[in-house]
Amino acid sequence: MMKNMTMGQFYPVDSFVHRLDPRMKLILTVVMIVAVFMVQGLLGYALVLGFVYLASKKASIPFKMLLGGLRPLRFILILTFVINLFFNSGTNVLVKLGFITLTMEGVSTAVHYTLRLAFLVLGTSLLTLTTSPVSLADAIELLFSPLRRFHFPAHELAMMMTIALRFIPTLLEEADKIMKAQMARGADFESGNLIARARAMVPLLVPLFVSAFRRAGDLAMAMESRCYRGGENRTRLRVLKITKNDYLAAAAVCALVLLIAAEGLIL
Amino acid sequence: MPIQVKNLTHTYSEGSAFQATAIRDVNLTIEDGEFVCVVGHTGSGKSTLVQHLNGLLKPTSGQILVDGEDMFGDGVNKRSIRQKVGLVFQYPEYQLFEETVAKDIAFGPKNLGLNADEIDRRVRKAMAHVHLDYDKYADRSPFELSGGQMRRVAIAGVLAMEPKVLILDEPTAGLDPRGRDRILGMIRDLHAKGGVTVVMVSHSMDDVASLATRMVVMSKGTVVATGTPREIFRQADMMRSIGLGVPEAARLCAMLRQKGLNLPEDLYTQEELQQALLQLWKEAKQA
Repeated sequence: MMKNMTMGQFYPVDSFVHRLDPRMKLILTVVMIVAVFMVQGLLGYALVLGFVYLASKKASIPFKMLLGGLRPLRFILILTFVINLFFNSGTNVLVKLGFITLTMEGVSTAVHYTLRLAFLVLGTSLLTLTTSPVSLADAIELLFSPLRRFHFPAHELAMMMTIALRFIPTLLEEADKIMKAQMARGADFESGNLIARARAMVPLLVPLFVSAFRRAGDLAMAMESRCYRGGENRTRLRVLKITKNDYLAAAAVCALVLLIAAEGLIL
Repeated sequence: MPIQVKNLTHTYSEGSAFQATAIRDVNLTIEDGEFVCVVGHTGSGKSTLVQHLNGLLKPTSGQILVDGEDMFGDGVNKRSIRQKVGLVFQYPEYQLFEETVAKDIAFGPKNLGLNADEIDRRVRKAMAHVHLDYDKYADRSPFELSGGQMRRVAIAGVLAMEPKVLILDEPTAGLDPRGRDRILGMIRDLHAKGGVTVVMVSHSMDDVASLATRMVVMSKGTVVATGTPREIFRQADMMRSIGLGVPEAARLCAMLRQKGLNLPEDLYTQEELQQALLQLWKEAKQA
């Protein structure tokens, strides 16, 4: 049940996009998402879709799999669409059926919001699918490190992220094991009403929390015994470097932004 | 209540990039009253195999028959199977969750829908089985006990289901010698006096030597040999080739035989070796 959560999980292959500097990828993703919010019409979204398609090709990620990442969000997307469609105080009435009114503005906002949300997810999945959690944390640390001057804990933040991400599979495995152990004692996690199911989670959650705390204690001890004392004066094994490919990728995103801006001017 | 495993194959994450076949075409029958020890190197599929025996894992192909009935057939109640076939996981103390020891042990019987008197009777009986004093421990929090005690509470939690077949996955992993002997003694009693069929997964050939009536040797997801410990430990080369050893006594016996001592070749427990050596010594003294 829990092993099916593939949305945005690192997809370990070697490709042009995988090899890009994670800092560049992070910045370009943000730029791309901002660009999506500037889009005025359907032509712009078509441009973005084309860009995402090309990027997935360059990243050797099956485009279908990337789109599959939207599946878990389908209800949110539909809800966004429906709510914006009917609850809009526009004046250009298209259809009026009893108390339901459909306005031109409503349709337009619904399409915009839903597409923006979808591209937000696609863009970030493209980042997390091609960047290992560790290098992503590295990128965040490096990008935020100028803020250290103002006592911003960039290293600590990145370390916490790395540790949290590192323990997700471990805890999932642990949860699976505890679940089985309780099922062996006749526990039932699948039937009953909402309250019964919530109560059935107690025998799973209590041991899971206990073990998470135990692991946290062990990890702290292990780090301490290796003299960990934050990021001060630490050097890196893999030094990140901006290469020609990174500039190429940046140029591509810039082209996208310009095209979107041009589209806005034409309309 | 025999358990029959027929052509069992299990593949994890089938159809994905992480696909891995853990066991392949395993055939096995566990008869009433047996003490079966499943041995094998890490990753040989022992744990995967035993998790099929009470329906926690579903076979990718093949069948598990309990009393001749397919466990995954239509209308078979999984809960009743899990009541009959108890499974104690590795490090079972990590599954404890209740406020008191008694409540935690009562979790299984409560899930079976038993009445309060019966639950209380079973909790007391299970605690006696694992040598935990009811008056002293029943109302304590399981989280303030020692590791060995926690493990005994967890085992009691499975025993309270009163299973006919008890499966234990490495019940002594990570325990000190005393804790180990205590758990093994307990399991021995359950088998000998309680009439429970036992299936035990183990790494320790010495534990296996003193307990098993039959051994199942696994390697790389298949069963490579079954037989009495005497039959299995006679094949020391085969055991070594799949990364397992033989009991210390059998090893010592083989070394002594190499040095020219006239010992039988199939000794494998400490007691047997001791007897044989004393016998030799007496004969030498008389001559």
